[in-house]
Amino acid sequence: MKLILTEEQKFLRDTAKDFAQERTPVTHFRALRDSKDETLWDKDIWQEMVNLGWSGILIPEEFGGSDFGVAGISVILQEIGKTLTPSPLFSTGVLGAYAISNFGTQEQKEKYLPKIVNGEITTALAVDESSHHDPSKTLFMAKKNSGEYFLNGKKTFVIDGASADVLIVLARTSGNSGELAGLTLFIVDSDSDGLNRIKLDMADSRNYANIEFNDVKCFEKNVLGIVESGGETVERILDIGRITMAAEMLGNAESAFETTIEYLKQRKQFGVLIGTFQALQHRAAEMFCEIELTKSAVMAAVHGADENSNELQRLSSLAKTMAGETLHLVSNEAIQMHGGIGVTDEYDLGFFIKRSRVAEQIFGSSIYHTERYANLSGF
Amino acid sequence: MQNLEDFRKEVKEWLDTNCPPSMRSGADPSIPVDEVWGGRNAVYKNPESKIWLDLMGAKGWTMPTVPKEYGGGGLNAEQVSILNQEMFAIGAKQPLLSFGIWMLAPVLLEYGTEEQKKEHLPKIIKGEIRWCQGYSEPGSGSDLASLSTKAEDKGDHFLVNGQKVWTSYADKADWIFALVRTGPKEPKHDGISFLLIDMATSGVSTKPITLISGKSPFCETFFDDVMVPKENLIGELNAGWAIAKALLQHERAFISSFGLGSGSGGGRDLVAIAKKHLGEEDGKINNGFYRSQIASHKIKEHAFGLTFKRAKDEGGKASATASMFKLYGTEHNKKRLELMIAATGINGVAWDGDEFDKEDKDLTRAWLRTKGNSIEGGTSEVQLNVISKRVLGLPS
Repeated sequence: MKLILTEEQKFLRDTAKDFAQERTPVTHFRALRDSKDETLWDKDIWQEMVNLGWSGILIPEEFGGSDFGVAGISVILQEIGKTLTPSPLFSTGVLGAYAISNFGTQEQKEKYLPKIVNGEITTALAVDESSHHDPSKTLFMAKKNSGEYFLNGKKTFVIDGASADVLIVLARTSGNSGELAGLTLFIVDSDSDGLNRIKLDMADSRNYANIEFNDVKCFEKNVLGIVESGGETVERILDIGRITMAAEMLGNAESAFETTIEYLKQRKQFGVLIGTFQALQHRAAEMFCEIELTKSAVMAAVHGADENSNELQRLSSLAKTMAGETLHLVSNEAIQMHGGIGVTDEYDLGFFIKRSRVAEQIFGSSIYHTERYANLSGF
Repeated sequence: MQNLEDFRKEVKEWLDTNCPPSMRSGADPSIPVDEVWGGRNAVYKNPESKIWLDLMGAKGWTMPTVPKEYGGGGLNAEQVSILNQEMFAIGAKQPLLSFGIWMLAPVLLEYGTEEQKKEHLPKIIKGEIRWCQGYSEPGSGSDLASLSTKAEDKGDHFLVNGQKVWTSYADKADWIFALVRTGPKEPKHDGISFLLIDMATSGVSTKPITLISGKSPFCETFFDDVMVPKENLIGELNAGWAIAKALLQHERAFISSFGLGSGSGGGRDLVAIAKKHLGEEDGKINNGFYRSQIASHKIKEHAFGLTFKRAKDEGGKASATASMFKLYGTEHNKKRLELMIAATGINGVAWDGDEFDKEDKDLTRAWLRTKGNSIEGGTSEVQLNVISKRVLGLPS
């Protein structure tokens, strides 16, 4: 695998870059936050993304998608990550689209994929149940009773869960906490009887929900993938999510870094530009190196996903760890190097550190993935 | 242009016929292994080392991309890639280690005259002349451009006086490429020239330096009224600084590869060492704290290796990013050896005597040797300066 972009991927990147700069600069996110918008993403902006074909990038052409692959969607997420653009692209265009395209039945594909492509529905993946990501610890129950499943339990921190039309839910159909075996995925409409959503207010002002299930009925035809093999399936979906989230986080980091470098070149103290201070120059140079390493890790993981590499899990944990640590570092240093203005709400940098810490937790922190990498590598 | 598949076939057959058994994988372990640096005074424990060098040198395949008229292989990038693949396939040993190849030859190709290229490149490629590098001086380390070894114009020759330090293998080298001051009145960067000097010339002497690791390849090199022919000047008079910097980038690219695990101590695996000394349970290093530090380190190593690959795939020229590789590679290598000795415990600081395994004693010395990696070829702090000014454009 070559660690470069194809012409097609470069084109997608350039389109996304123009879109983010023109349609969704950081002021767009600020306005949504200040207005206490219900969904915390803009429906018209989302429809524009849909019209550009972005919701269908991971969907096969026969269902209206473009099948441009994980590399295609990642370069877009990286670019819109630079301006902190909120949208259901990750929850729907990555997680929902990938899950149903790769593990859905023909009927499920026909039912959902065209609607994802044209923006009629958004989706969400409901996995976590506690403050720390770990799919194997799923306790959420699905019990079978005369041909139908009944779902009971509570899912937390469901990304875009406050507005999604369709939920993909990980449930235990057998086995014990700590085992990936005995898990099954279900596709559930969010307006089902017995389903209650509680909107979450998180530091990054994005759309999240806790979702309670009280005897929510689910037909066997709504099982996604194979019964009892949902652990393996969800890990695959999560790995695609981790890799693409790492791409978005890389975009966050690049943007905060660039803003900081520009500031060092114009802010004067003691009669000189603060960028002349070696104490700041060296820290900036170290951040540059970490960002370069993260670019390589993300690119290897993205291509690994598209080429179905047998190293995919390790590459996913590598990318999520590197992106998490780099964004953590850059978001901290960006504020420190800006001084007082960096901790004001008026300035945008606060948005980056808030987004950083939430994104770091999504589908496993750097600590989670360092341990996973160690386990997969036989350390 | 020859068909690539024909070329592959030709290479395969040539290697099959010419690569001696002890120079490829599966070699008899009882045959001594040479570190082949070539030169006038080279000695070989295994005669096949010399045979392999001569055969590869004659083909020009020690520098396959250099044009044939200068003794190189005259191959294009695709052919080089095939040559490397076929050598890798049989586990063929690199025939020659050479500062001439890594540092001087690229500079000669860019700045040398036709005569200079024809004179020096074939001898580098065949391993006939071993080169060393005369850059640092006792008073000029990071501030290299302040160097004061002087070369006075005496009409038909230069007269060189002064001292160099940290000259790797000066005591074994045949020639030295040196930075000398030819313009004492010019601003410091504008009075430096790049000069080639035969170490056999009267007035050149060397003295080895012992490092904290107990030994080292480094020497001091003294020039006492050394007469150097005018034709040994590379580039214009007083225009040596640009050449010096170009050469440093080649050197940094080479040193930074240590970070990939090929540096000192590189023959041993950090995880294997940790498992041996800390024990393992269910295949895991039996100490969570060490294990997490090692895992974090390995993740960085993986990302660093991918960055090397990405730079290559992008086909980018080694410019200022060479500083990133030099910085990261050497700092990473230092950390790796620190983790290795920590995992080895008290045996990781063994120095001498029969109570300790050779590999533990070697590790102690390898660990100490890495402390020089982030100093030689430009300190880490110098690399950070280069990145912040040349890559990030921060003001001076």
